[in-house]
Amino acid sequence: MTIKTKALEVLDREFLSLRCKIVEVAAALDRIARAGGECDDPRIDQVRRSLELVAQPREAADRAEQVQLLFSLPYDPQWRQPRV
Amino acid sequence: MDFFDPHIHIASRTTDELELMAKMGCVVVGEPAFWMGYDRTSPASFYDYYRQLTEWEPKRTAQYGIRHYAWLGLNAKEAENVAFAKEVIPLLPEFLDRPNALGIGEIGLNKNTRNEVATLEMLIELAMKTNEQMLFHTPHLADKYPGTRMILDMLRADSRVDRSRVCIDHLEEHTIRLALDEGYWAGITLYPTTKATPERAADMVEIYGPERILVNSSADWGPSNPTAVPNFILVMRRRGHPESVIRKVVYDNPLEFFNQSRHFEFVPAE
Repeated sequence: MTIKTKALEVLDREFLSLRCKIVEVAAALDRIARAGGECDDPRIDQVRRSLELVAQPREAADRAEQVQLLFSLPYDPQWRQPRV
Repeated sequence: MDFFDPHIHIASRTTDELELMAKMGCVVVGEPAFWMGYDRTSPASFYDYYRQLTEWEPKRTAQYGIRHYAWLGLNAKEAENVAFAKEVIPLLPEFLDRPNALGIGEIGLNKNTRNEVATLEMLIELAMKTNEQMLFHTPHLADKYPGTRMILDMLRADSRVDRSRVCIDHLEEHTIRLALDEGYWAGITLYPTTKATPERAADMVEIYGPERILVNSSADWGPSNPTAVPNFILVMRRRGHPESVIRKVVYDNPLEFFNQSRHFEFVPAE
């Protein structure tokens, strides 16, 4: 008899929604490609890097936080100092 | 389940929506002063808006049994013109004495500029002088992370700030820990595309626990949903969370936070 782990229960709950969102991402990227012409834009690089991040195995369950940081501007701890 | 929507722009919503919110259990709303989608051309325009928030909108929600409270402030989007801000900020004390005033908000940063910081410093100073609670808007999208950290830097530098009387709002996965670790109330906004979804808000409650977390719709004139808080309740129920935990986030926490405002006098139903 197979005993379902909590993780499997969550996967059951999330799978169709997860699948749908991944297809949406793939279709949106296809749409951009189909439109034709160059798309030399840093946002495309952000999307590529975020997809790589999501696909990689991670010990910490912090993908959402890391993706958010990838789409963020950096914080400068010296922000109060006059810019040279 | 009765719930608060602690951040919603009622001025942008219809009476049909107020009726729907009431039917779904909304008992109290908090409406912060914000940007109306276009820049106001004079301090008199702000004066009229503050009257709307403290005179007219409470009457509209009362028709549906919803108690209306307001935050008064100068929003980050219109904080760039410091000279203009200096004309608007002196209007605030009159409205902070109105019976539905909760404190100063939503204030904060938008593009994280030096002028926005200068205006925000004036608003924090007013809050300290008048002993008001504060509600902070954190910036959108790419500006959110550095802007949230800048706001926290400013508050940390002011020893007069009582962190239990401050809510840092629109937090997401990369900023919520920063606010919670420093002892602030943490607001999560439920939006269809930007900010957080009900599912991700539930994730954050699961990761950090329900203490000091508030969820809100921040429903306004843009893509947003005035019944986002009930959507969060449903997500939490479907994941099997006890009613007591859900109620803490959508009712007990905002009640405790709002109760620290001198005008707040909502009495929960028996």
